[in-house]
Amino acid sequence: MVNAWIVASIVAIVGGAVGFFVVLRGSAFVAHAVPSGSFAGAAAASLVGVNTLLGLGVFAVGGALGIGLLSRRGRHDVATALTLVFMLGLGALFLSFSAAYAPEIYSLLFGEVLGISTNQLAPTIALAAASLFVLGVLYRRLLLSSVLPDSAPARGVALFGVELGFLLLVALTTTMTVPVVGTALIFSLMVGPPAAARSFTARPYQAIALSVGIALVVVWVAIALSYQTNWPVGFFVGIASAVAYAAGRTWAFARRNRALHTRRHGAIPARPLVRS
Amino acid sequence: MVAAIFEPGFFSSSSVQLAAAVGAIVAIVTGCVGVFTVIRGQSFAGEALGDVGAAGGSSAYLAGVAPLWGFMAVAVAAAGVMELIGIQRTRGRDLATGIVLGAGFGLAALFLYLGTTYDNTTGATVTVLFGSIFALNTSILPLVAAFGALATGMILLLYRPLLLASVSPELASARRLPVRLIGGLYLLAMALAVALSAVTIGAILSTALLVGPAATALHLTRRPGRAILTAGLIGVGAMWLGILLAYDSYDWPPLHHGWPVSFFVVTIVLLAYIASRAIPARTRQT
Repeated sequence: MVNAWIVASIVAIVGGAVGFFVVLRGSAFVAHAVPSGSFAGAAAASLVGVNTLLGLGVFAVGGALGIGLLSRRGRHDVATALTLVFMLGLGALFLSFSAAYAPEIYSLLFGEVLGISTNQLAPTIALAAASLFVLGVLYRRLLLSSVLPDSAPARGVALFGVELGFLLLVALTTTMTVPVVGTALIFSLMVGPPAAARSFTARPYQAIALSVGIALVVVWVAIALSYQTNWPVGFFVGIASAVAYAAGRTWAFARRNRALHTRRHGAIPARPLVRS
Repeated sequence: MVAAIFEPGFFSSSSVQLAAAVGAIVAIVTGCVGVFTVIRGQSFAGEALGDVGAAGGSSAYLAGVAPLWGFMAVAVAAAGVMELIGIQRTRGRDLATGIVLGAGFGLAALFLYLGTTYDNTTGATVTVLFGSIFALNTSILPLVAAFGALATGMILLLYRPLLLASVSPELASARRLPVRLIGGLYLLAMALAVALSAVTIGAILSTALLVGPAATALHLTRRPGRAILTAGLIGVGAMWLGILLAYDSYDWPPLHHGWPVSFFVVTIVLLAYIASRAIPARTRQT
């Protein structure tokens, strides 16, 4: 149980931080495709008999590279979709060879956060540190190429290089998180909390911090509820992320309406008089 | 020679005939819908509808109705939510799809969990996600044909305004076309097509058939009408070749129980796409 808290918190921190760029770059499809596709890696690993983490890593990186190379010539979303379905097809093939049990597949897809053992902690922490390190190194370039893709090359930022770096970052995050929380959970964490955070603030540092904060709350609530009800963690994470996003949008909507009101009527009106 | 390619019993097997018929219908419907998916850049929405439909498929297992209805209901509902959150703006589209997909995955997790604990149908996860085209029931054929005709009919009815709204939304709204309504109706047609193919051939293949043949066809020809025909042909070809290879693979190593159809079809679709990239793009025909 303590392990679950630690690992899920690490996952939330990395997912929330990397997710900020996923949302900023409009790359939600990539954030879905790389974890889902790396599922094939886990199937391959169980077939060959090597460590699941290795299979996941190889397939996540391979998928990221495939998306990067295919989308050089042709549409980005088409390249992502085709890479994803090809990896899933390979996964189906490996599954048919290995005769794996359905519960194993289920836990790969939706996570097994409550069953994390102590010896899974070290690799998760190491990969999380690596992800955050890469994120720190790429930070300026990622931000510039996401916000101003047109002027980035003039400032010496190679767009394709940054895109590949970003894809590899998503692959790294995926490798770390899929074995513990499943493909569905990490995707929700990389999209919902950062999208919510972005509707509260436009400043990058604050948005990242807020995104990590929301992701942590989402994960903690999900684990607690999952522990209480015995329902899958993925369910609570998916729903909580959507709720966080809805709250963010409501806030943004209310603020925009108030701004409109201010523009029309001068100063923000005092709280309307209570009508009896 | 012929016997070496077509294993004995291939043409007379009723499950192969049914798979070929359903596969062809689905490939034509998704090819027709998919051309617009690629033009509009909505591959992610297509993929998400298939995955979210899995939640419906698994809840149908729970409720004891045919999975087709669960897929349909949930995919159409998901398309509605995406439309509400704001799928019409390119910037927010990606996010709206992502949020719906995340919540849908969560629901799928819950339904599959409840399904496996209460009914002990452990195979449900695999069936819902990966489909099984050789295990179809003949009774599904009329339903598949009806829903396929509905989705294709919507596209054909909307054809000209949809094309204009997809290629140039500004021009379309300048002409007073209801761009948002057209987009919503298109999303509905896509939800129908995706749910139809996801329940018959699996969520993986539905995305592959929606995006792959259409992207290949749009690279070979610039004319949308011709692209729809080409996409349908490529889709049917990939589907039938995949079924043939899967049938033949019953004798292949390592387990002698047949390789999955989805693997073959996905590989063929990807190879066709890469091959079409190698041909220089046809210049715009005016």
